[in-house]
Amino acid sequence: MHVPERAAADSAARELAAFLESRREQIAQRWADAPLFRTVFTVSRDEAVEACKAVVDALSEVASSGRLESVGAPGFGPVREQLGHMAASRSRSGFTPGQIADEAAGLRAVAVELLHGEAQGPPEREAPDVLLALTVLMGTLRLVLMETAVSAGEELIARQQLQLLEVATPVISLWDGIIGVPLIGTLDSARSQVVMESLLQAIVEQRARYAILDITGVPTVDSLVAQHLMKTVAAARLMGAECIVSGIRPAIAQTIVHLGIDLSSVLTRSSLADALAYALARQGIEVFRRADGASPR
Amino acid sequence: MTLPPPVPGNPVAVPVLALGNILLVTLQGDLHDGMAEQLQQDITDRIAHSAADGVVIDVSGVDIVDSFLGRVIAEIAAGVRLMAARTVLCGMRPAVAITLVELGLTLPGLETALDAARALELIARDPAAVAPDTPEGGT
Repeated sequence: MHVPERAAADSAARELAAFLESRREQIAQRWADAPLFRTVFTVSRDEAVEACKAVVDALSEVASSGRLESVGAPGFGPVREQLGHMAASRSRSGFTPGQIADEAAGLRAVAVELLHGEAQGPPEREAPDVLLALTVLMGTLRLVLMETAVSAGEELIARQQLQLLEVATPVISLWDGIIGVPLIGTLDSARSQVVMESLLQAIVEQRARYAILDITGVPTVDSLVAQHLMKTVAAARLMGAECIVSGIRPAIAQTIVHLGIDLSSVLTRSSLADALAYALARQGIEVFRRADGASPR
Repeated sequence: MTLPPPVPGNPVAVPVLALGNILLVTLQGDLHDGMAEQLQQDITDRIAHSAADGVVIDVSGVDIVDSFLGRVIAEIAAGVRLMAARTVLCGMRPAVAITLVELGLTLPGLETALDAARALELIARDPAAVAPDTPEGGT
C-alpha cells in the first residue's frame, strides 16, 4: 500500500520539478512584483527577477530530489543566504517573522495559477497530486525563510550579549592601590562572574589594597544580587584586598532591610566619594585644600 | 602534575622557614593527608619552641584547591590563634579565590595579603595585634 503511494508522490514531485523548470521565466517575472522581492531589490527589477529565478531553481532542485518536506534539503543551500538577506531586510522594516512567512506564502498563488493554466492540456486527475506537492514545497520554503530569520536574530542576540558583558564591567584605577568597579544594570550570575574575574585580575595587576564596588547603577537588589556581591567581596578579601560597597540608594537600603539580607560582612558606604575617602584614610593619606586657596581658572 | 603517593609513616614534609619571629610556609601542588597533618604539627611545635608570633602561608604555588585544603588552612589558623600568634594567608590566585568562594569557604577571621612581601609588612606594622576572634571560627 505504501509503495504505490510513495511512487505516486515521487512522480508528482518530478512533475512539479519539470513544471517549475519549464515555467521558470514566467514565475520569476510574477514573483518579482511580490512585496517580498520588490522591497529588497529596489534598484533594478532585473536583479529581482534574477533572485526569483535562483529561488525557483532551488525549489525545482528540491522537488526533483523528492525531499519536499525536508528543510535541510541540499537544494536550499545556495538560496539560504539570499533568503536570509530578504528576511533581514523585511524584519528591519518592522515585520515579524510570521508576517514575512505569510508574504512567502503569497508566492504560492502565482504558481498555482500557472499550474491551473497548464492543467487544461494534460489529464485532469494528475493535477491535484502536483498541487499537493507544490503546497508542501511552498510550506517548506516558508519554514526555511522563517528559520533563517530566527537564526539571524539569535546570532545578533548572542553577539550583543557578549558585547554587553565586555563593555559593562570596566575596572578603573582610582588611586594608587585603590580600584573601583562601577556596576550598571542588573547583576545576574553570568555578569557577576565576569565582574569577579576582572576585579580579582585587576587586584593582582595593580597590586590593589582596596576595591570599591559601586552599585549606583544597579536598579534593584534582591537576595540573589546581594549573594553575588557578598561572594565578590569574599573573593577579594581572600586575595588580600578590602572591598567596599558604595552607592546604596535609600530605596535599596530599605529593600535590603525588608528582605532580611545580612550584609554585615560587607563594608558599605553611601557614595563612591565616601568609599574613596575611607580607603584613603585607611592608607594614611589625607587630602587638603591648599592654604593659598584654589588656583584661578 | 602527579606526585608519588606518600609512603606511610614517612610523608614528604612541607618546609617551615623561620624569618625572625615569623614562620613562612609555602604550599605547592597537592597536599596529601599525611603532609597536612605533619604540617599542622610542625607549625604548632615551632611556635611553642620559639618566639614566633606570626605564620605566613603562601599559596601562590597552588593551582587547584578543594574543600580539604580549605579546611586544613582553617585548622592551621585556628591552632595558631590558640597559641596567641596570627596567621596571614597570601599569594592566592584569582581562580583559586573564586573556587573557594563558590565552595562556601570564605575563611573568616583569617588575615589575607596579596603576596608574601605584603604579608610580612602586615605583621611588621602592628606585631601586637592578634587577629580578632570570630565566633564562627575557621571552618
